[in-house]
Amino acid sequence: MTINFFDNDLTSLHEKLVNKDISTVDLTQATLENIAKTDSELQAFIRTNSDEALLQAKKIDEQHDFSNMLSGLPLALKDNLATNGIETTGASHILEGFKPVYDATVVSKLSTAGAISVGKTNMDEFAMGGSTETSYYKKTANAWDHTKVPGGSSGGSAAAVAGGQIPFALGSDTGGSIRQPAAFNGIVGLKPTYGRVSRWGLFAMASSLDQIGPFTRTVKDNALVLNTIAGFDEKDSTSSKRDVPDFTSKLTGDVKGLKIAVPKEYFGEGIDPKVATTVKAAIAQLELMGATVDEVSLPHTKYGVAAYYIIMSSEASSNLQRYDGVRYGFRADDVKNLEDLYIKTRSEGFGDEVKRRIMLGTFSLSAGAYDAFFKKAAKIRTLLIEDFNKVFADYDVIVGPTAPTVAYGLGEEIDDPTAMYLADVLTIPVNLAGLPGMSVNAGFVDGLPVGLQIIGKPFDEVTVYQTGYAFEQASRLFEQRPNIAKKY
Amino acid sequence: MATGNFETTIGLEVHVEMQTNSKLMSPSPVHYGDKPNENTNVIDFGYPGVLPVANKGAIEFGMRAALALHATVSPFIRWDRKNYFYPDNPKAYQTTQSQTPLGTNGYLDVTLVDGTVKRVRIKEMHVEEDAGKNTHGADGYSYVDLNRQGTPLIEIVSEPDIASPEEAYAYLEQLRQAILFTGISEAKMQEGQMRADVNISIRPFGSSEYGTKVEMKNINSFNYVRNALIFEEKRQAEVLRSGGVIQQETRRYNEPTKSTILMRVKEGADDYRYFPEPDLAPITIDQTWIQKVADELPKSAGDRQHDYVSNLGIEPYDAEVLTQTLAMSDFYDATVAAGADAKRAANYLIGDVNAFMNKHQIELQDTQLTPAHLAGMIKLIEDGTISTKQAKQVFEAIMAGEEPESFAKKNGLVQISDPVVLLGWITDVLDNNPQSIEDFKGGKDRATGYLIGQLMKMSKGQANPGVMNKMLLEELAKR
Amino acid sequence: MSETTISKSEVAHVANLAKLAFDDAELVQFTTQLDNILNIFDTLGEVNTDGVAPTYSVTENVNHLREDVADNWHQKQALLKNAPLEAADLIKVPAILDGEGE
Repeated sequence: MTINFFDNDLTSLHEKLVNKDISTVDLTQATLENIAKTDSELQAFIRTNSDEALLQAKKIDEQHDFSNMLSGLPLALKDNLATNGIETTGASHILEGFKPVYDATVVSKLSTAGAISVGKTNMDEFAMGGSTETSYYKKTANAWDHTKVPGGSSGGSAAAVAGGQIPFALGSDTGGSIRQPAAFNGIVGLKPTYGRVSRWGLFAMASSLDQIGPFTRTVKDNALVLNTIAGFDEKDSTSSKRDVPDFTSKLTGDVKGLKIAVPKEYFGEGIDPKVATTVKAAIAQLELMGATVDEVSLPHTKYGVAAYYIIMSSEASSNLQRYDGVRYGFRADDVKNLEDLYIKTRSEGFGDEVKRRIMLGTFSLSAGAYDAFFKKAAKIRTLLIEDFNKVFADYDVIVGPTAPTVAYGLGEEIDDPTAMYLADVLTIPVNLAGLPGMSVNAGFVDGLPVGLQIIGKPFDEVTVYQTGYAFEQASRLFEQRPNIAKKY
Repeated sequence: MATGNFETTIGLEVHVEMQTNSKLMSPSPVHYGDKPNENTNVIDFGYPGVLPVANKGAIEFGMRAALALHATVSPFIRWDRKNYFYPDNPKAYQTTQSQTPLGTNGYLDVTLVDGTVKRVRIKEMHVEEDAGKNTHGADGYSYVDLNRQGTPLIEIVSEPDIASPEEAYAYLEQLRQAILFTGISEAKMQEGQMRADVNISIRPFGSSEYGTKVEMKNINSFNYVRNALIFEEKRQAEVLRSGGVIQQETRRYNEPTKSTILMRVKEGADDYRYFPEPDLAPITIDQTWIQKVADELPKSAGDRQHDYVSNLGIEPYDAEVLTQTLAMSDFYDATVAAGADAKRAANYLIGDVNAFMNKHQIELQDTQLTPAHLAGMIKLIEDGTISTKQAKQVFEAIMAGEEPESFAKKNGLVQISDPVVLLGWITDVLDNNPQSIEDFKGGKDRATGYLIGQLMKMSKGQANPGVMNKMLLEELAKR
Repeated sequence: MSETTISKSEVAHVANLAKLAFDDAELVQFTTQLDNILNIFDTLGEVNTDGVAPTYSVTENVNHLREDVADNWHQKQALLKNAPLEAADLIKVPAILDGEGE
């Protein structure tokens, strides 16, 4: 049997399982076939785990317990989420063949809910990059144009969902790694508030910025996935004890009286005018639906990239020191002594972008640089947060573009790290401030999707979803399908 | 203290392993002597994706140490990472507190050999993770055991107030006792539960600037610390006298030669790239919490000694012996609290119990003796139920875990003080020995001795000698 | 703040701290790239941050502490299985040279 995920959202798949129109095994099998059919062109998956997936699907069918919305539904995981006994590499050579001996909290939550993980998706090595091109294993294509990048770092998860291989996937977002690939692939990607989702089992890049979040084709699907993965986890000291609301509770299509702020800095230099026009049209649509829209200022936006790259690289340089060839993963051959083991393992095991960030971070924390770089960046972070606080005193959400451009060509920017870093300017401030941020499709420029970014107050994902849902239902852009949809 | 024309400046950083149940950042057990890597999990192995959660017990133990050393407990603590690569340091960073130490500005009053008291200031105290253990094989490999990795340490950093190797020795000994009486560690040197990093410099008398520091790390014997410092004092003085310059360097103490050996010369400061640990939430400590810990803090050895001497009438020397370990002192307190005569309890612990421990090479807590049993036996002696001679047997029994009263009864080790029973025996003996009565009346004191011997025979040694003597004299007078 | 520039020797020093090695060509390339990025970092000097408290984390949590209860997860065998080299339940690494580390 076959299944086309473009014709089925999570609710529809759930109903089919409940009504026994399809079995979980059939659905899992069909998903694996979808991937087999299209992954030679998309290259979204680093590996699938069909045996484990089918085994679990069989169990779900036997129990026939679909009390959780996600029970029996297939998903894909970014390759930086730990799965017990299943290879997880962070798309790095240094973890090639590495099988964690524990599950990430999101993985166990989804598994308890009955969802079935069918494989691990491609990503930038240790989530460092914006195009998924720094993966040690493969290059993933954009679902709409296979000559373009899928964005990154969660490019595999985004392309897999946008390309119809899977109904939902998880990614991680440290500086835009969920929202930007969601924008490039025309789907919905949410970075929850820092602390909303447990980071236990997420291979850390920058601990104070990382969050796990869902990729889906629709806003409602996204809220349904967050319902399952959110919540306090005693294993994560930074996970929030706040109550988890029903994230679908305000999916009414109504935005009357919603106060929307549009930062002028998000339409400044470096933003592709066509992207700006598309996003402005989307904002006009929301205004037409009864929201009030005002221009505001987030004056420290332009310093976000520098502050972010200092903080992120500093934390990452420390977090990635554990990859030393001693206890797990890759260990270099022919080493004379311990020092040699460290240097060879790390120099052979890491790719250039990872090395670059380790170098930046090590430098930013080093004696003599700490105050001018790391500490200065931490102070700028405070100013960025204050910018947001001021705006959120008067507004419900902030909207703007997700990325300055649409997806660019594979290989076009990978050799220019400075340009790559500057492209994160619109997503970075959200991570620095720990806010929830979502990208929904705002339209197309030259056949490529443009992302509308919706930023909420801390722990107010409900309003972010409300806004995104209203726009999505009005624009019905999710009904547009890339060519690859014809393969199913 | 000085060597020639130089004065010595010594600073000590002492690390004490805190005997919590679980590690500082992972729930793995803290336990010495288990098989390699037995007490490890993904957190201790520094797996990708794992996160630390701080142990409340370790914070409270750290607070105990801070309070015992009169330090100010910080109201706000943020953890820091200290970055360096080493196989016993799996994350390649140690979680510590560099910017916000748990305790600051403490002191320890150290009694020196000549009886004077010197105050050594404590600059900072940090709670931090211990490293695992590397063993260096002869085969070109090193072997890593991460059992110890993550054990909570309290690091106690002194000001450079110590002026001689002897002072350093006295400071360490008395610091150890102070720590012992917080109940956070047994501070066993041989198990590496207490280790010292020492730094020493010398300078000409009257010089306002300190000399260049030489550092020696991880010395786990007070004698070694003293020997290393004695050697360094001399070595540095010789270098300076011959016109040389002391280099900033790390040295190692070598016991066989009682000398120090150069390990490496420091080129500039080490670059540990300290920064705030983003995986952990900060800690705030309010007065209520400090008070709660203060209430749980055992009394110090000094306070206990004072109490024993003034309130229990114990000799000062005995009071010192009783407070050599917290276990002994606690045991003593519990024995007295269970109703034992204070002096007799002290004598037993210092004498027979200590001898037993020495003979069997075990600690007090590893014996079967309980304060209730010891007190029970002492009460049997005090109220005349058993004689001191019988007590020797009872002592052996309580050291084997027996309950004293039932043991004494079961084995007939009971003095008979009942006047009715005793009178019966006395009447019998007197009736059968008229000659002795005559002798007694004739002024021969020896005669009572014979009669007592007869009575003891008759009572199978169980008659209470005190009561019996008194009654015998009364009965003799009546005849 | 004056413009930060980084020299080849400084890059080599940082590489040593990070336990990375670069050949000459890589060193030149990395030095240029790091230099460019440091120029972006330098823009922070434009902002007056006097009296601004640094933010190191946005977590609201305070005193997220675990009770002192030991719990052995019994992962030893699985952990040792993942070690590249292991002997007698110990992780085996090439000899540590005297004077390294702590």
